[in-house]
Amino acid sequence: MNDLSVHFEGVSKIYPHFTLDDLSLELPTGTIMGLIGANGAGKSTTIRILMGLVHQDRGLVHVLGREMPREQSAAKLDIGFVSEDMRLYGSATLAWHMEFVRSIYPQWDQAYSEMLLRRFDLKPQQKIKGLSHGQRVKAALLLALARRPRLLVLDEPTTGLDPVARQEVLGELMAVLADEDRTILFSSHNTLDVEQISDQITFIDRGRIIASDNKEMFLERWRRLRLVLSPEADLPSLPGVVEVGGSERLPVLVTNRFDPAMVSACNDAGATVQAVDPMTLEEIFVANVHSRREKQTV
Amino acid sequence: MGDWEQGKEIPSIRQLAVTLRVSVITVKRAYMELERDGIIVTQQGKGSMVAPDPNLGARLYDQELAKHIDRVAQLGELLGLTPKEVASRVREATDRLTKDRLTKEYS
Repeated sequence: MNDLSVHFEGVSKIYPHFTLDDLSLELPTGTIMGLIGANGAGKSTTIRILMGLVHQDRGLVHVLGREMPREQSAAKLDIGFVSEDMRLYGSATLAWHMEFVRSIYPQWDQAYSEMLLRRFDLKPQQKIKGLSHGQRVKAALLLALARRPRLLVLDEPTTGLDPVARQEVLGELMAVLADEDRTILFSSHNTLDVEQISDQITFIDRGRIIASDNKEMFLERWRRLRLVLSPEADLPSLPGVVEVGGSERLPVLVTNRFDPAMVSACNDAGATVQAVDPMTLEEIFVANVHSRREKQTV
Repeated sequence: MGDWEQGKEIPSIRQLAVTLRVSVITVKRAYMELERDGIIVTQQGKGSMVAPDPNLGARLYDQELAKHIDRVAQLGELLGLTPKEVASRVREATDRLTKDRLTKEYS
């Protein structure tokens, strides 16, 4: 039994102006992973390689135990994929699309598809060209979900959705996870969505994975410390400091290896800790990217 | 305390995550902390339930009190109060509470 739904080992892909460099990634079955990165960071390239749409130059990719891209047609029976650049037929109705997908995938769950129509507030007789952006996204998602795939791969599923539609979509993704044999990988630059539903989080920047861990680890280890230095004291050296801001007397540090013992260590060194602030995933991501980029340019 | 009674079975981690639309790992973490504090018990293969411990409420309040007392001590030090002054401020607060209760009862 293979309990990794997605496994990348040392995957590289070289384009004239962009390189995906030595990517390694593990996604355990039954979890949701959020892939976070700025525009052009390599999220979509990663997802295309995973789907066998782009072939890696180096490295091994296994998806649901199948080697990609060699065994992609077998793997795709069990993968539901939705991306922004996926087009539905404008002059056909949603009902036509549902029938079409059903004719290809034997696992299509008719009752579930009808429930999704109601939950997403979609009308099957409506033509695709008459749908709003949000309705199109939900229609594409319905077509993928109703196949009951073991792995859902979603490229920016919540981009451009209004708050109500976003919550509908996130709720439906969580509902998929009620079954612990199913796995979701989704990319987003909306860190709030990722923070809400992800178990695993991977940050990508400039074609490299800069951090990949479970969400609680990120939220637990990253802290912003506000210090007051006594006149004769120097800034104590603390583990995992990625950013030093504030003024000389009132420094503000960001660490990615926070430990409660740090506070007393600071106080002993003449640096009174005024506050220890938890950070949002967005702040963590931005601090992470900045510190990596600084190291690269040095 | 709370809405779930002692000995009551609570939803599985996955169930609760789906209902609340938060990630499984967050709920798992919360359950682990509750278990560590003795508020819930988990039996392998049977799921979790609220711990049938009648002293739990008192213990939680006691922990809460200890936390606040630590905070009082810290703030006292910040303001440059002596331990005696801090103690007398606490005494004033308890006296005030007693007085308030008495005036309420006799008014």
